[in-house]
Amino acid sequence: MDVNKNSYTIGFATIMVIIVAALLSSAAIGLKPFQSKNIEQEKKQNILKSVGVEVSREQAEIDYSTYIKDELVLNHLGEIQEGSAFNIDLSKEVRKDVKDQSFPLYVADVEGEIRYIIPLRGKGLWGPIWGFISLEKDLNTISAAVFDHKAETPGLGAEINRDFFQDPFAGKTIFDGEEFKSIKVIKGGAKEGDKHGVDGISGGTITSDGVTDMIFERLSKYLPYFNNVKPAIEVDLVFSAMDSVVTVNDSIIN
Amino acid sequence: MSKDSLFSKKNLKLIKDPLDDNNPITVQVLGICSALAITVQLKPAVVMAVSVFFVMCIANVVVSLMRNMIPSRIRIIVQLVIIATLVILVDQVLKAFLYDVSKELSVFVGLIITNCIIMGRLEAFALANTPWKAFMDGVGNSLGYALPLVVVAFFRELLGSGTLFGYPVLENLGLYQLGYENNGMMILPPMALVTCGVYIWIQRMRNNKLVEQN
Repeated sequence: MDVNKNSYTIGFATIMVIIVAALLSSAAIGLKPFQSKNIEQEKKQNILKSVGVEVSREQAEIDYSTYIKDELVLNHLGEIQEGSAFNIDLSKEVRKDVKDQSFPLYVADVEGEIRYIIPLRGKGLWGPIWGFISLEKDLNTISAAVFDHKAETPGLGAEINRDFFQDPFAGKTIFDGEEFKSIKVIKGGAKEGDKHGVDGISGGTITSDGVTDMIFERLSKYLPYFNNVKPAIEVDLVFSAMDSVVTVNDSIIN
Repeated sequence: MSKDSLFSKKNLKLIKDPLDDNNPITVQVLGICSALAITVQLKPAVVMAVSVFFVMCIANVVVSLMRNMIPSRIRIIVQLVIIATLVILVDQVLKAFLYDVSKELSVFVGLIITNCIIMGRLEAFALANTPWKAFMDGVGNSLGYALPLVVVAFFRELLGSGTLFGYPVLENLGLYQLGYENNGMMILPPMALVTCGVYIWIQRMRNNKLVEQN
């Protein structure tokens, strides 16, 4: 047979495309459940890691419900909406107008301590970056943060998912008095005692800046909610402080 | 089919040649783009080498089996479709069953499609040879791709980050207490080129066949 005839060439191309299309789509459909399960488990693992609970991906599935007490959905005024935070696809939300966005917020209970977990999503150098940042009960101190990325340069920007980058976030504060400062990733390293800055990654400046922008952009959207709930929390904090004073007094008397 | 035994000298040469005399990266200077991009750390380099191994061997065999059916005018497109299909399959399977590895590789799996070595071998070898020979050629060339990749990644990770496969080798040796510091330059892309150049230099010093005679 003459394989160089026009009709043969067209026929060959058509059949090849059909076979390849069938093969790839069946692979995609067949493997989808496995892939989404991995992604879901990883999300739970990351959420738990952002409150300092480090478990394997399989274990995260089990531990998730023990630690995460509430999955809230907020609107741009900080009011609680219907729905579950876990089902919100942040990559779609960030593209919407602020007024139409839903803001997921997780409330965790880690050994009796309340933690607020805010999902993050922003832009790195080559693609999206995302993460979770958790605040302590005062809605000011960061308890922990995790980040991940799609396609940052290995060894440079990709290092944002490593502990040496994430650990320094713990204990930083996002407010200076009443003023919202967010957290900055600083090229060349943060000054000692800087409450609002952490060290950047050499060679990963654009990714580091992406992290700074992402944290600022996302956290600033939760300020209305913070303002709504802060008075109640402050009263609570005063009470617990008074409790400890009373305990101290008691122990002195005794 | 030739009457050679499966592992005859001629067939084994197909594996040995690409490792040194005809190395795809250091002699033919093919596939250099991915070689430079993923040699910052050993682990992605190794995983990349394994993925290329799979794709190259299967693609070589498939193209060799179809070599009498492929219309020559669209053969490049056909080769590209075969490679792309295999790469997407590898990517999907990794995502489903080896999720952590697939995260490690991120975009680089997709980049295998554009790896010139694979297409170069399909065009230059698989189209004109029997499946077994094509398979041997695939094994040889993917190993030839892996060797410089792993060597360069070894030095870049060791000198740039002080680790191997993420394990802090230099820290455990106590070099930092003696005032040693990691060379941050090694992490940056230009040093991949320089390290690769040093590799080529050493290779040509040892192998006289590669030195051009004027």
